Amino acid sequence: MSFKRLWAMFHARNLEFFRDWSALGWNFLFPFLIVAGFGMVFGGNDYTEYKVGVFPSQYDIIHSDQTDLPLRFAETRYIKFIGFKSFEDGIEKLKHHKIDFLVKAGSPSHEYWVSDSSPKGYIVEKIFKSTLLPNVKNIAEKKEIKGNEIRYIDWLFPGILAMNMMFSALWGVGYVVVRYRKMGVLKRLNATPLTAFEYLSSQVLSRIFILLFTLGVVWFGCDLVFHFKVAGSYFDLFIIFFTGGICLSAYGLVIAARGFSEEFTSGVVNFISWPMMFLSEVWFSLEGSPHWIKLIAKLFPLTHMLSAARKVMNDGATLSDVTPELAVLIFMTVLSIVVGAALFSWNK
Amino acid sequence: MNYLLEIKNLVKKYKQVVAVDGISFSVSEGTCFGLIGPNGAGKTTTIEVIEDIIPPTSGEILYKGKPRSSSFKQEVGIQFQHTALLSSLTLRETLKIFKSLYNKSADIEEIIDICNLREIQKRINDKISGGQKQRLMLALAMINKPELMFLDEPSTGLDPQARRNLWSIIHKIKEKGKTIILTTHYMEEAQRICDEIAIMDNGKIIAQGTPNQLIKKYCEEITIILPKDSIGFSMEQIPFRYLEINGKIEIKTSDINSCLNMLISKGTDLTELIVRSPNLENVYLNLTGKQLRD
Ligand SMILES: Nc1ncnc2c1ncn2[C@@H]1O[C@H](COP(=O)(O)OP(=O)(O)OP(=O)(O)O)[C@@H](O)[C@H]1O
Ligand SMILES: [Mg+2]
Repeated sequence: MSFKRLWAMFHARNLEFFRDWSALGWNFLFPFLIVAGFGMVFGGNDYTEYKVGVFPSQYDIIHSDQTDLPLRFAETRYIKFIGFKSFEDGIEKLKHHKIDFLVKAGSPSHEYWVSDSSPKGYIVEKIFKSTLLPNVKNIAEKKEIKGNEIRYIDWLFPGILAMNMMFSALWGVGYVVVRYRKMGVLKRLNATPLTAFEYLSSQVLSRIFILLFTLGVVWFGCDLVFHFKVAGSYFDLFIIFFTGGICLSAYGLVIAARGFSEEFTSGVVNFISWPMMFLSEVWFSLEGSPHWIKLIAKLFPLTHMLSAARKVMNDGATLSDVTPELAVLIFMTVLSIVVGAALFSWNK
Repeated sequence: MNYLLEIKNLVKKYKQVVAVDGISFSVSEGTCFGLIGPNGAGKTTTIEVIEDIIPPTSGEILYKGKPRSSSFKQEVGIQFQHTALLSSLTLRETLKIFKSLYNKSADIEEIIDICNLREIQKRINDKISGGQKQRLMLALAMINKPELMFLDEPSTGLDPQARRNLWSIIHKIKEKGKTIILTTHYMEEAQRICDEIAIMDNGKIIAQGTPNQLIKKYCEEITIILPKDSIGFSMEQIPFRYLEINGKIEIKTSDINSCLNMLISKGTDLTELIVRSPNLENVYLNLTGKQLRD
């Protein structure tokens, strides 16, 4: 094991990365665009969950003071009321699930239409009916949530960053090494005293360097716009992202261990990254999902990294609170490096 | 005899072909050993097995009398027939990075000058011409001051000056007592720079020796070339083998005196006579035979 050789390869990889302007720009721009996009969609006031059609109406979008629908229904948040000239227009949209619910304005018997197969329609129907009931006070007791409220964007942001790290690690290590094998770059390196362990370590280290650099820039950029709340310490967050980044890059090593085919490798990367993205609670929680799905999710480093990052960022946890997550990440890292190095071939 | 490298019964089988079929040879220190042979003969496979890039199916390889150890890669320099380099780096950076992979290393400035890379040292690896790339590959093979160099078709793609420059580099390396194994398709080159040559075909060595030994043994015949018009008689009348190529008659003989006498006695005009003594190319073609037939 020679530190000089490791450093040389680390340096070479970094030079390459920072010279490839298009890839570099994309690495910064992509997470920023996603955060900005979702911030706009979920953070704004006109976020819509349900769409209700109203006929007859001369407006396209109906506000609560422009309709003779029951006021309590018309004021429901997260419902957008869309006007239609005639019943025919409205029912057409309902049939195609463009709207979830259709009501006739000013109807004394409160006529409505809903598709029995639509889950959203079912919910709106319940809401509609409940707003028609006499206003009973104190049927249920509302309690305040203690402590800080977690804004959606503060919950989402660590997920986006972690997801970006995952893609960058799997492609940047897995795909790049396979391409180099195909081109014969690895063969040339094999003709030198460089060992597989030195080479692979240099790739992981260079990737973690790039990941953290990107993370810093994106964090700073997004923070200017969204002013994140970090309940825990930045240092703890850094440690979590660092450990997670190493673990993801080491996953990339296993993908990179063998093979010539870039197409096959991109298939493998997609096959791993897509389920990882959906099952690691980047976008939605797995609360209440079947047990086996939760088990699969536990195989992914992203799940543990994200769980730890959210605990620190949202709940103010400390490193000792997230020891289990860190332990799993470290275990996965060691396992991946051992497997990756054992399988690694310079020319096969 | 003090051999730097000894190859014994080397075999490399792939699924469909036997690329190297039980070859043995030895290379003395401070010499240049050439492997020549037609495309697909197994030259590249042979040297890549010796370089420890591909594993042999069977056979023994001794370096300095012992099996290759982990220090082997520190002591050899390799130029592959085909390779790529790290993209987005300049030539100079590439040299520097390779230099730091070795314990012992040459002076970068010196190597840049020797291989004529000074003008293009700041260019990106991906953006140089084929011959420039060959020169960079040669430079990389020399970066660790190797005891033993493997050059797989180092002159392919080089212009005539660069090729002569390569020859002089090889001479200088030999003068320092270093050893070279090379492959080439240029017989003139092999004849000039190799001390020992092995001709391979179908994975086997079919002839081996110094260039002169090979010529003596496999090609004694001298070629006499005359324009067809200057021969005023039917060639069937004289007992020599001949070929008719592009309006010229090529006569093969190992007895030049009697051949010339016979031509003169028949009144042949010798003004445009060319006499070619045998060279490695003749040996090669005689032995591998492939091109003479068509
Ligand atoms: N990886 C491989 N898998 C299968 N067959 C191979 C492989 N590499 C080489 N061969 C075969 O082995 C034989 C020898 O190939 P090799 O590259 O050693 O030839 P060569 O003498 O270097 O030819 P050239 O002059 O064209 O460079 C060829 O028939 C080739 O098709
Ligand atoms: Mg070859």
